Amino acid sequence: MTETATVSAIESSESKRVVRGKLSRDDIVMRGSMIVIGLYLVVTMVFPLYAMLSKSFSTYTFDLAAYEVQVSDESGENFSAPVTLLALNEELGVVSASDLNAGSDGRIGVTQFFPDFSFRSPVNYRLRNTTDAGRFLVGSTLNQSVEWIELDSNTFRRVQLRPVKETGLGNFRTYFETPALSQSIMNSVIIAVISTIITVTLAFWFAYALNRSCMRFKGFFRLVAMAPILVPSLLPGIALVYLFGNQGFLKELLFGASIYGPIGIVIGSVFFTFPHAFLIISTALSISDARLYEASVVLRGSPWRTFWTVTIPGARYGLVSAAFVVFNLVITDFGLPKVIGGQFNVLAVDIYKQVIGQQNFEMGAVVSVVLVLPAIVAFAVDRLVQSKQVALLSARSVPYAPSPNARLDWTLFAFSSLIAIFILGILGICQFAALVKFWPYDLSFSLNNYQFDRMDGGGWASYLNSIKLGLLTAVVGTAVIFFGAYLVEKSNGFKTGRAIFQMFAMLPMAIPGMVLGLAYIFFFNNPDNPLHFLYGTLAILVICTVTHFYTVSHLTATTALQQMDREFEAVSASLKQPTLKLFTRVTVPVSLPAILDISIYLFINAMTTVSAVVFLYSPKTSLASIAVLNMDDAGDIAPAAAMGMMIFYTNAAARILHLIASRGVLSRTQAWRRR
Amino acid sequence: MTIFKRTTAIGALVASMVSGAAFAETELTVYTAIEAEDLTRYAEQFNEQHPDITINWVRDSTGVITAKLLAERDNPQADVIWGLAATSLLLLKSEGMLEAYAPAGVESLDPKFVDQDNPPAWVGMDAWVASVCFNTVEAERLGLTAPTSWMDLTDAQYAGHVIMPNPASSGTGFLDVSSWLQIFGEEEGWAFMDALHENIARYTHSGSAPCKLAAAGEIPIGVSFAFRGAKSKAAGAPLDIIVPSEGVGWDMEATAIVAGTDDLEAAQKLVDFTITKEANEMYNVGYAVVAYPGVAQPVEHFPENLLDAMIDNDFEFAANNRAAILKEWQSRYDGKSDPQ
Repeated sequence: MTETATVSAIESSESKRVVRGKLSRDDIVMRGSMIVIGLYLVVTMVFPLYAMLSKSFSTYTFDLAAYEVQVSDESGENFSAPVTLLALNEELGVVSASDLNAGSDGRIGVTQFFPDFSFRSPVNYRLRNTTDAGRFLVGSTLNQSVEWIELDSNTFRRVQLRPVKETGLGNFRTYFETPALSQSIMNSVIIAVISTIITVTLAFWFAYALNRSCMRFKGFFRLVAMAPILVPSLLPGIALVYLFGNQGFLKELLFGASIYGPIGIVIGSVFFTFPHAFLIISTALSISDARLYEASVVLRGSPWRTFWTVTIPGARYGLVSAAFVVFNLVITDFGLPKVIGGQFNVLAVDIYKQVIGQQNFEMGAVVSVVLVLPAIVAFAVDRLVQSKQVALLSARSVPYAPSPNARLDWTLFAFSSLIAIFILGILGICQFAALVKFWPYDLSFSLNNYQFDRMDGGGWASYLNSIKLGLLTAVVGTAVIFFGAYLVEKSNGFKTGRAIFQMFAMLPMAIPGMVLGLAYIFFFNNPDNPLHFLYGTLAILVICTVTHFYTVSHLTATTALQQMDREFEAVSASLKQPTLKLFTRVTVPVSLPAILDISIYLFINAMTTVSAVVFLYSPKTSLASIAVLNMDDAGDIAPAAAMGMMIFYTNAAARILHLIASRGVLSRTQAWRRR
Repeated sequence: MTIFKRTTAIGALVASMVSGAAFAETELTVYTAIEAEDLTRYAEQFNEQHPDITINWVRDSTGVITAKLLAERDNPQADVIWGLAATSLLLLKSEGMLEAYAPAGVESLDPKFVDQDNPPAWVGMDAWVASVCFNTVEAERLGLTAPTSWMDLTDAQYAGHVIMPNPASSGTGFLDVSSWLQIFGEEEGWAFMDALHENIARYTHSGSAPCKLAAAGEIPIGVSFAFRGAKSKAAGAPLDIIVPSEGVGWDMEATAIVAGTDDLEAAQKLVDFTITKEANEMYNVGYAVVAYPGVAQPVEHFPENLLDAMIDNDFEFAANNRAAILKEWQSRYDGKSDPQ
């Protein structure tokens, strides 16, 4: 009886609206957690970016109508009627409209409004602000009052007007009207395009050699190709100084060209983006269907034709994806052009120069907005291409197995060896330079360059800070990101919420580190922000790094979770087990390999990142990568190389530990995978 | 409930201990750009006279500390600034951020080192002075003669062999540029820099880098400051430190009280100490030129004629025209993308 009653009740309600299952306790917990992690992303990314955007519109302009002057006659008395400087300027036209836009430290001398001015004349001047907003300096003393003050000519020449704060597009106008600044857009794009073409070409042939040939020592080459990931992008710059600088070994190879500039940036960019491109292309090349090659042979296609009609189309998504990833890495990179860029300005370095060098935060925000645009486009194209990637490998595919071909194998071996020599040479020269006493005058070995405490940059403490940051980022980041991915993948309903969360999780990839770091200053260094206390602590570095590297980790986690059947959740629900129990007892152990991958990714990136944290470290939380930057900046290149190599060894050790741990974990928890 | 009660009890206890400690001594937040290794030494000396005042240092490079102070304009965190470039302090003064105060004994200082207003908004400690670092080994290899004046540096033989800091990011770079404009006058100053630009290999971000690069032989001639050159020479670099004959620019490290400090009395005691003879002797360990006349002992490897070569620097000119000078400098030299 009761059952039929319920059914009819449901039926009657259905006629009015769609039935929704009652939220279980579990659903509430999961949605609640998702909202918490979503809020974390909003606070650590969306709010700061908003703060930065609004900063880029905050301008400083001279409001000439806010000042009134009176001039006396030769006797020093008998003042003329008050007149605003605006009226004087309209009459004389001494200051143009574009000169009225200024930075926060802009000044305009007041005497230029008086063509007859002489500091020796007996004429006296009276000056006042017409509103409270007006500001002028007498010498260095600020005057904000609306009272008249009387000055003799000699003092009057020391009067400087100060700009007042407004909102508008003035900063962007100044940016595009200053060739020194806007030139960087072209520079950045050209460098990124050239580096992308070179890196993708080299990485393609290297990946081809590893996947499609029978050459020897493939394991060794694979290992070497991944090494650049373990060092900050500053390090290849330092190595290039030693190789091709004015005291370099191989200086002659450049035929008089200077390594400081585009040449250096391109060579260094190829070094540090190579592993990223190689990984993507290698994955694309590793999957192929031998039947297509057989068909090509049967149709009497030449190897050359087969290459263009089978191999390249099969890898095209990988190639395009690699190209955009490399483009994005190069255009947003800050460390390398800082070290080796010389007078060649690029966007990322411009942000640093504006903020740290000139304290022009507004212009830094403008350059950031400019830099975000190409980065977002590259990111969007990459996502689009990846979503087009369809399964090449069907159930009927036959995996392609390369057959020996002595000439091809040896050519590819020679090519791969050259790449390996390039990578190992860069690392080797840095280690050598770090151990030399006083390059180039005293080449005996010493450990002097390891006395970091005697240099700028924070000393050995910064190295320990880096390790602390790496571990904290790995632990906190993995926990937050994996749990977040789990909630998105496995919770029921709540479609809009999940879609929004997914969008937030993808956004960090498109935001360059420099931009994120600067946005953090604007947001967290605001005294009115209740989170202001985080500023200058290690915690903000951890938060920033987790957010900066959120996307790739999130994607790794979702991929691993998608491999798990949703039935698990259904079974646990029917057994009346809370989902969180399922999460800890089943999901986490099954996904351990992915979890370990995420944590090593976060650790290594926390050790090598410079761009985001360079604006956020405090003297107590200096980092090893920042120390490399600062020591190089101060001209202590050898200690910078030494610290860079310390980062390399630490990351290599972490990587080895990760391998051992993965092996152990796999044998203990993943036995079910092998049957 | 009991846990909550216990935590409140502990909280009250801690609070009473903290406030008890606050009665025992005063704490001052001091912003500084002094070398990190000198900080403890300076604080110890101060505490010998005033054991009841604790200094909490906040240290960073000149540019960063200046930016930090300006960013905190409406909500100052610092009580005292001890050891920041005078041009930076002038910027802060023009924002109305400094509390004018004439420290006891200020009249015995070299007037060059004291703000012209009365009472002064800041008082100087020591000076860092521009110089040219000249690598003798590389110069011989390249056949370069040693320059004796700024004008010499525009000679064609030095093309690509001179390096200097970018004035937009480096305080040392800016004091060079502002001193040239003062020495040669506006028009000739820019003409000089146009000619010099032809010889410049590149502009570095930091002020000490040119001298270190000269020391390493990367670029034989580095426009930097004397103190850095002396240090590199002591480390064994084949350097000559050249003081150009036209005179050299300089800036000083100075001290000021931040307006709105909670503890003006303690802040004044600290500033009183910073201008004493003992304090100046303490600065002399690293700096050859200090504010107190007759104190300075020669520093090893330091050029002897340096004090006479220091120009009569107009800090107000430098601070008030900084934005305009940098704009002009960037439009002339920074826009060139070709890296030599």
